[in-house]
Amino acid sequence: MQINTTLDDHRVAKLAALAIGLHLLESIMPSPLPGVKPGIANIVTLFVLYRFDFATAAWVSLLRVFATSLLLGNFLSPTFALSLGGAIMSLGVLGLAQYLPRPYFGPVSLSILAAFAHMIGQLMLVRLWLIPHAGLAYLVPLFMAAALLFGLINGIVTSHLLAAYPKPAD
Amino acid sequence: MKALFNHLKFSRILIGDWILFFAALLLVIFLFKTYWHVESATKLQIRQGDKIYSTLSLNQSRTLLIHGPLGDTKISIQNGQVRFVSSPCRNQYCVHQGWLRHSGQVAICLPNQISLELLGADKPFDSLNY
Repeated sequence: MQINTTLDDHRVAKLAALAIGLHLLESIMPSPLPGVKPGIANIVTLFVLYRFDFATAAWVSLLRVFATSLLLGNFLSPTFALSLGGAIMSLGVLGLAQYLPRPYFGPVSLSILAAFAHMIGQLMLVRLWLIPHAGLAYLVPLFMAAALLFGLINGIVTSHLLAAYPKPAD
Repeated sequence: MKALFNHLKFSRILIGDWILFFAALLLVIFLFKTYWHVESATKLQIRQGDKIYSTLSLNQSRTLLIHGPLGDTKISIQNGQVRFVSSPCRNQYCVHQGWLRHSGQVAICLPNQISLELLGADKPFDSLNY
């Protein structure tokens, strides 16, 4: 059986591989609180959204979630569900936020919005399914503060990457 | 000033980004204020045995002697706080609890069957299990 692949497929695969690498790198870093992670793989998603289009960004993000969970051995586990839930939520927000006026809102805005959406998606999953406990509310400010910090940093990094690697004239 | 301006330009944060960042920061601060808010108590409920001995305002300076099976327990209310001052019990856990001031805090003297509970505008959980 032969699958005919296009140039676009190769590009998605390459970018997804990059995102998977970053995600794996992050998964071995210790975290002060489960769930508080820099989310550096989202830099790739954001970069792709700007350099290519939303569909490519969605492919890269979702492929990253599935492939990383297979590599780490947590496919279909709660960790995977949280990862997927966060990715879907942030993609949904990015899908809307990409229409914000470009002269005023750059990657930093999109990154912060995506990080918030990611965190809200995960917290909702945790609250409704994994830990249906009111005490979780106590952690919400911490998680959101982390999302703001890392969203800001990832956004700045993405801006610099976009400037450093201008769109090739193809 | 110019250096700062150049730096900000180099950081590639646009005006909308700043607005969004500060809005998000406000939201986070609001979340901290809402969820990490500790309410001061306004009222004290004293239980003796299986009944409520009395419910008192914390806004007074007062010392009470409450009679239990082992003898008299001394409780002091002061500056919106309350504590066991002395108790005839052996372990003195209740006395070592010290001052209570937040809504939902509890001090219990099991041997002498006396407990203090602080109440606020709304009653938070005293225990949660799952």
